[in-house]
Amino acid sequence: MSRIAATFAALKAANRKALIPFVTAGDPDPAATVPLMHALVAGGADILELGVPFSDPMADGPTIQRASERALKHGVGLKDVLAMVAEFRQTNGDTPVVLMGYANPIEAMGWDGFCASAKAAGMDGVLTVDYPPEESGEFAAKCAAAGLDNIYLLAPTTPAERVDAVARHARGFIYYVSLKGVTGAATLDLGEVAARLPAIRAATGLPVGVGFGIRDADTARQVGGIADAVVIGSRIVQEIEQSEPAARLDNVRNFVAGVRAALDRG
Amino acid sequence: MQMNDTPTSLPDARGHFGPYGGVFVAETLMAALDELKHEYEAARHDPDFQEEFRHELRHYVGRPSPIYHAKRWSEMLGGAQIFLKREDLNHTGAHKINNTIGQALLARRMGKKRVIAETGAGQHGVASATVAARYGMECVVYMGAEDIKRQSPNVFRMKLLGATVVGVESGSKTLKDALNEAMRDWVTNVESTFYILGTAAGPHPYPMLVRDFQCVIGEECKVQMAEMLGRQPDAVIACVGGGSNAIGIFHPYIPVEGVRLIGVEAGGEGIASGRHAAPLSAGTPGVLHGFRSYLMQDANGQIIETHSVSAGLDYPGVGPEHSYLKDIGRAEYVAINDDEALAAFHNLCRYEGIIPALESSHALAHAAKIAPTMDKDKILLVNLSGRGDKDINTVARLAGIEL
Repeated sequence: MSRIAATFAALKAANRKALIPFVTAGDPDPAATVPLMHALVAGGADILELGVPFSDPMADGPTIQRASERALKHGVGLKDVLAMVAEFRQTNGDTPVVLMGYANPIEAMGWDGFCASAKAAGMDGVLTVDYPPEESGEFAAKCAAAGLDNIYLLAPTTPAERVDAVARHARGFIYYVSLKGVTGAATLDLGEVAARLPAIRAATGLPVGVGFGIRDADTARQVGGIADAVVIGSRIVQEIEQSEPAARLDNVRNFVAGVRAALDRG
Repeated sequence: MQMNDTPTSLPDARGHFGPYGGVFVAETLMAALDELKHEYEAARHDPDFQEEFRHELRHYVGRPSPIYHAKRWSEMLGGAQIFLKREDLNHTGAHKINNTIGQALLARRMGKKRVIAETGAGQHGVASATVAARYGMECVVYMGAEDIKRQSPNVFRMKLLGATVVGVESGSKTLKDALNEAMRDWVTNVESTFYILGTAAGPHPYPMLVRDFQCVIGEECKVQMAEMLGRQPDAVIACVGGGSNAIGIFHPYIPVEGVRLIGVEAGGEGIASGRHAAPLSAGTPGVLHGFRSYLMQDANGQIIETHSVSAGLDYPGVGPEHSYLKDIGRAEYVAINDDEALAAFHNLCRYEGIIPALESSHALAHAAKIAPTMDKDKILLVNLSGRGDKDINTVARLAGIEL
């Protein structure tokens, strides 16, 4: 069983929901990332989403754009991100790590090279924002052969028949984008999300995570009431951005712990 | 590539030109692009839509644009005869309006009351603001903060036409970042908003529909050349940024044997300097802004900053059909440096009384380079894609003159 599947199975057995925080690798500098990953786990994260810095993050709002720009100032590329994952794996063999990013850095590395390096680094899944299933068949096959889960997005605008088609290609879990907009946009509408989930659940047995627009513990708790996983990105990046360097790890761990506690209260 | 693909039947149903093009966008936009594809397909076969498009091009844009024999300049160069397709005489001063009219008619057909656009030099922004005023639509134009500084007259033009101009402060604060921001607006307001993309790039169906709207340029040329000379040109030359004026004049000529198609990229300070905007001449394939094509990128797949005296060519990608035409060898792509383009700019002013856009000056410069190597009975047809009034501040500054 993959680390992602094992994590969801254990959570389900304990009647708990997965907490998936996101940080951009290399933000605010390359040395910060591995300690941040451990702090996220210490705060109660179940799966880590690690953003690959990209010069043109079309699907991201200002907060994650700035994180990308800070990382790019240090020249952080996909190879460096994979090295961070390998370093994290030296002391954490259990927490799944999912790469989140855009197609071009992967294209530049080449699909075969990426799959081999990602697997060797201890990566578990990959979510490529601008690789819809229609354009990523060959890449997805290579990921599957390397034991990497290809995670796909569904959106409020996805038509019903397309939900089925995307779900057929999905591995690991489904990432439901809770609102029309970029990352870190306005707060999500819980009723709208709740109304969409039954159709997604009917199309797949995979766990369903919800992300975009989750900014506080209470919203996370409510989303946890209807989904299998809660993804929080911009709010954590904001914590990194606004913290004094010495307080950064504590602030991030405490924020995640607060969300964890709210999720576990249910 | 499928063996039964012919260069003129592309893209395929999923928007591919060989390995290029496609739909590389976040899931939220997939349904909107699918809707646009179906709506465009219907419009394409709707005689009323086509009739209205033609009517607008004739009575609002002023088409057909003439072809002009640049006799004095040809004589000065002492070789092939240079003919200019006068897109600079269109309403708003460039070829951009052909496309914005087509897309605004599509927006109206789809019931969208709000349009958005990205712009670099401001020409596409002005053309979008123009059609939004013409059809009574709300218009928001995204423009890099750097470009707003460089192109203030066009910013004011857009405002006069009723558009809201939003400065983009992210990334390099130029055209590519304006395109990112327009995409972010679209993903947020996808149900109410039509995105008027300015060049033959972006996710399918944009490269196809922008090309189709711009093909009026090449279609007119075929008729006009036959009428004027009883023959077609030996070469068609056009500048390539995103590539919409070039694909508009090239595409109808793809099946015409004996006509060379030459795209001219912005060589900036020279290809060897690395400071240019010539992905076809010096880039590698990758994915940006929703499609696969040649790109300017570093070893990590990060998009690198481009440099050109012409803001309209300052783009790190290129329309996917050009990448395909390059690979199959049907079109050739060359680069012209800033100083060569400026020399052509001045020569056209002084020998023909025409102030060309700096973008178009790249195509003119290549014509000036090859004309002297050709016999006097050879014909070069250059797409004069826009007029240069917008560039006088840039040209004056380069000459050390403050206007």
